[in-house]
Amino acid sequence: MNWKTFLALLARDGRVARRNFVPLLLQTFLQPMMFVFIFGRVMVSSGYMPAAYKSLLLPGIMAISMVFTGVWAVAMPLISEFQFTHEIEDRLLAPINISWLAMEKVLFGTVQSLIAGLAVIPAAWVLLRPGVELNMRSPLSFASVTLLVALFSACGGLALGCSISQTHIGLMFSMVLTPMIFFGCAYYPWSALGNFPILQRVVLVNPLVYASEGLRGTLVPQFPHLSMVAVFVALIFFDTLLLGVGLRQFHRKAVS
Amino acid sequence: MLAGIRTRDLRKVYTSPPPLASGAGFGILSARGKGNKQRKSEIVALDGLSLEISPGEIFGLLGPNGAGKSTTVGILTTRVRPTNGQAWIGEHDVWAEQVAVKQLIGVVAQRPNLDFALTAREILLFHGAYFGIDSRKRGQRADALLDRFKLHDRADQMVRGFSGGMMQRLAIARAMMHDPQVLFLDEPSAGLDPQTRLLLWEIIREYNQSGKTILLTTHNMEEADALCQRLAIIDHGRNIALGSPSELKASVPGGFLLRLRFGQYSPELLQSLQTLTGVREVRTNDPSSDNGVDVYADRGGSLVSEIANLASGASVELFDVHISEPSLENLFLHHTGRSLRE
Repeated sequence: MNWKTFLALLARDGRVARRNFVPLLLQTFLQPMMFVFIFGRVMVSSGYMPAAYKSLLLPGIMAISMVFTGVWAVAMPLISEFQFTHEIEDRLLAPINISWLAMEKVLFGTVQSLIAGLAVIPAAWVLLRPGVELNMRSPLSFASVTLLVALFSACGGLALGCSISQTHIGLMFSMVLTPMIFFGCAYYPWSALGNFPILQRVVLVNPLVYASEGLRGTLVPQFPHLSMVAVFVALIFFDTLLLGVGLRQFHRKAVS
Repeated sequence: MLAGIRTRDLRKVYTSPPPLASGAGFGILSARGKGNKQRKSEIVALDGLSLEISPGEIFGLLGPNGAGKSTTVGILTTRVRPTNGQAWIGEHDVWAEQVAVKQLIGVVAQRPNLDFALTAREILLFHGAYFGIDSRKRGQRADALLDRFKLHDRADQMVRGFSGGMMQRLAIARAMMHDPQVLFLDEPSAGLDPQTRLLLWEIIREYNQSGKTILLTTHNMEEADALCQRLAIIDHGRNIALGSPSELKASVPGGFLLRLRFGQYSPELLQSLQTLTGVREVRTNDPSSDNGVDVYADRGGSLVSEIANLASGASVELFDVHISEPSLENLFLHHTGRSLRE
């Protein structure tokens, strides 16, 4: 492992992210903040939603922001760099095992996802206040869940980015990310699906369910949520699975 | 620490369309709209290629599109996994010791692959950083290269707006940034104007004088002739001729090639062509396409009237005569029956 090369790869991604800071900011926060405003503020203050919904919504929005940011940060550059611009070739020829280039992408995506997730809390809190009741009982378990969610989003980005061709980007959003978000228990707790028993079981294959429920369980445990043990087991499982698939796909793309 | 290049029985069979590194030579497979069935068909890109390139040599791989040039470069630069055979850069096995090999090589790919998210200078600086060059030396080296490749006035601009020629120059500068022992140039002067091509040739020679090994692929005879100390002519993934440009040219019987096209020719006519003074070899082309005959001879224009006389004597119409002087093109034609440009 060549640390100098690894750090230089990170520095390159850092430079590019700094250059694209404003679009990145808008892309990460605009949609979740609008959602928070409409559902948490407009719907609640007009009486269509109960006030408690504000607190229920916040962890879900955090999960969506994190997953969306991580997937986007890793998958989009990979799709274009592998297929369209071939930009990645220079880095594939850097004196380091190419798996580390994939790991660097994952690390960078994880950090971006963490920043997005942690920034959502104060932003949503400001938009929604008063009435948000956060009860973080165990900072350690909050930190662990957040980290696992960020990692899962970046690994998912790696797996998607190396599996999807440029012409299917639209399909990736409509067939993968959108259903994932709507059936990801972000806007409602998993227990709310109790009236749809089949659906309630089917959505368990969606990793976003564990992200939303895990963050709900650590930030607003007063609401019903999946058991934290199940959340940890599932998140670790999805992290490992997506990292494995992502690395394999990365190699298949990089070497013919 | 001089490093040469060696390959032994390299074979590469693509079972899916060759992506990234292997160039555009696989028309059948890269064509869109082919079903899965088609994709599973196997394409033999390299078929037992063995080469030995000495340290400090400028070596050329000459061949038409799809001959296996880019696949060879791909294998030697860790980007293509060989189906069989082995390749070494210096003492390092390319597939088994990828990181050590990548330290030794600089690569200019056939297609532009610059980092569009960076400026020209940043591209060189980050490339240097990937290779662990310290920041002061990186800056000096980047400036020197930007000067040498006449890119200094655009150094701080994003490369997105660069012309094809500028991108190509920057790609070559980047490959030289970490001062590699072996430089791979895949069709380096494609798309360059004549002036820039000359600048590039000068830079390549200069780089070679410092003891570096250079492998370049081209289908441009002039370039191979001007730059390479030795050449391998490859076709269908096989090495069909090897030697210095002058040796190779001398190996074509006679040197001159007269390509003739008759209305209808007879074996008697071919035999009488063979008896003309200076004619070394007479070959017929595929009769289904045209009635073409290739005459290899040690003289050119002076033969035409004699050939015309023979033809009219045999009541055969002579439609077309094309004379070419001794060249690598003739050599390629002699070995493969096909023109390099076909």
